Amino acid sequence: MARNITYREALNEALAQEMERDESVVVMGEDNAGGAGSPGEDDAWGGVLGVTKGLYHKFPGRVLDTPISESAFIGAAIGAATAGLRPVAELMFVDFMGVCFDQIYNQAAKFRYMFGGKAVTPVVIRTMYGAGLRAAAQHSQCLYSLFTHIPGLKVVMPATPYDAKGLMIQAIRDNDPVMFFEHKALYDLTGPVPEESYTLPFGEANVVREGGDVTIVTLGRMVHTSLEAAGRLGADGVQCEVIDLRTTSPLDEDTVLDSVEGTGRLVVVDESHPRCSVAADISALAVRKAFGALQAPVEMVTAPHTPVPFSSALEDLYIPDAQRIVNAVKAVTGWTR
Amino acid sequence: MDPVTDERIVPVTMPKWGLSMQLGKVTAWIIDEGDEVGIGDDLADIETEKINGTLEAADAGTVRRIVARVGEDVPVSGTIALLAPAGVTEEDLDAAVQQARAVIDAGVPEGTGAPEVLTAEAGGRKISYVGDGRDGDVVLLVHGYGGDRNSWLFLQEPLAAKFRVYALDLPGHGTSAKDVGDGSTSVLADAVVAVLDALGVTRAHLVGHSMGGAVALVVAARDPARIASLTLIAPSGFGPEINAGFLRGFADAQTRRELKPLVGQLFADEDLVTRQLVDDLLAYKRLDGVDEALHALAGALLDGDAQRGDSAALVAAVGGAVPVTVIWGAADRIIPAAQAEAVGGAIRHLIDGAGHMPHMERPGEVQAAIEQTIARAC
Repeated sequence: MARNITYREALNEALAQEMERDESVVVMGEDNAGGAGSPGEDDAWGGVLGVTKGLYHKFPGRVLDTPISESAFIGAAIGAATAGLRPVAELMFVDFMGVCFDQIYNQAAKFRYMFGGKAVTPVVIRTMYGAGLRAAAQHSQCLYSLFTHIPGLKVVMPATPYDAKGLMIQAIRDNDPVMFFEHKALYDLTGPVPEESYTLPFGEANVVREGGDVTIVTLGRMVHTSLEAAGRLGADGVQCEVIDLRTTSPLDEDTVLDSVEGTGRLVVVDESHPRCSVAADISALAVRKAFGALQAPVEMVTAPHTPVPFSSALEDLYIPDAQRIVNAVKAVTGWTR
Repeated sequence: MDPVTDERIVPVTMPKWGLSMQLGKVTAWIIDEGDEVGIGDDLADIETEKINGTLEAADAGTVRRIVARVGEDVPVSGTIALLAPAGVTEEDLDAAVQQARAVIDAGVPEGTGAPEVLTAEAGGRKISYVGDGRDGDVVLLVHGYGGDRNSWLFLQEPLAAKFRVYALDLPGHGTSAKDVGDGSTSVLADAVVAVLDALGVTRAHLVGHSMGGAVALVVAARDPARIASLTLIAPSGFGPEINAGFLRGFADAQTRRELKPLVGQLFADEDLVTRQLVDDLLAYKRLDGVDEALHALAGALLDGDAQRGDSAALVAAVGGAVPVTVIWGAADRIIPAAQAEAVGGAIRHLIDGAGHMPHMERPGEVQAAIEQTIARAC
């Protein structure tokens, strides 16, 4: 029975249901219980924004607070995964991932391949991404493109509470390392979520709005911005098909290409930087495999190729907004040779 | 605002299609102001969160005012048009329109929402059902393979005006337990009996669709005295022909791309398949245990590519005391309508323009047939 809960609650419920179902599932990370030094309470935080709140008491011994040493605990989670556990490690902000790149892309991503399929690494690395919280250049980036580039990693970024729960359960049951991206600005978003456990398959994009004039391919928080733009354009008679990729690795090429074959026009909306990005990747996909269908150049709506500014006025300009998407759609519909 | 006193003004209202429906919108008006309409004439295309459908006239008359604009949200039972004879004044009509607009503009009243879900237990399995408890005969609606209690969205509310109407989720479906054991109609029949027991009813009318029709027959054959009448809609088990590709494909489908064309085969008019309908089915199929349940049920329904079942023998076992009606869509692409001939002693309704889901495509005719069947019971 579906009821309305937040994105945060949906993630918490997914973790709780999988920990209940499978005792090899453990949760670890900085302040995942929280409370070292907070008197009288040893589940004070539940992760920096409260996603794991309550699990510490429900599953004694299976929610581990780690030192502020990402290279150590991400390595520990990956090692534990190869040894039979299904760890869900929370690395607070994706911006800090740099210190444990070797563990992720040279170890976890390679084990299955280098050991001829005999080793599996069922680890989930949860991390927050995205701008909008006035958290400046080192706490606001959208770095999923870096991980999408690496074969051997699965890369997931739910846009809704329903997707968050289903993709998290799929991530935990998956035998490969999964990079799980949670946008900070989505945690309080509410939506219908079934009480029962369910999985959303990786590599299945979601057509969140149908339309025949322009295809908008997007992901994560930008799904909502794109829908806002599509709503405004719809009122003006321009019908946009909005596709939420849900996962960038694996990538659902068919859904993107089918739509572009139908509309002949593509706008890619991505909060990340434009170079070597998901937006660039999807643009290349359409140009290579749907060239004959395209009736206008592909437009990309992205953040600029700059660090995320600390100035709130500049940060607001940095994040793609609905007006920029509307402008891009008008550019592709109005394009003439 | 003065109340409208001229009772010759007959409102056309937003229907309630499904117990959880709160809003609908007119996507196209089929009628114009000034048109004469008869009962059953198509008035407007209506879109809800779940489904698209055509609203048929419940009354005859002259369309004097169209109230609801195309595309705007209208609360259930809000007035969308007015019928009135020529003698009614423009002033009275304007006042009625004003009242109707106020209701539309106010939106959904507070406190309305989904009905309470009741539960029963059958062999350790939780069974969900919904319904209302007004006085009168009990009617229990039994959905088919891959359906759920919401399959009756066009019928439950209209039937509830006259009867106590309940709809259950069979094991493996909706919010009931997903374990279906061997997937046999016997396991499913236990769930129907459990709901009757939980309701404390000694006699009930059963309406079963497709696999639910075979399940209703199993229930009736076990204890014919408990069943007042049987309405079978495209019931399974009456002949070897069945669309095995649909049954297996539905169980196997993982994505919208795979599922949508299959769901289309259920209907004569594939435009009835909305995004939301496919999304709801996908969400159901992703629940833990559903994959196994659907494969077990498909395995029990099929022997190779042929349909199993001995529904004709069950009809004989029920005996002549229970009135039986069979309804079939002439354009059924899942189980051929010719199998209606195998339902011994039944009154048969073949519905043109309907596929495997006549209760969704031609709910008015199905409702009339159900009410006639109930009237035949003694």
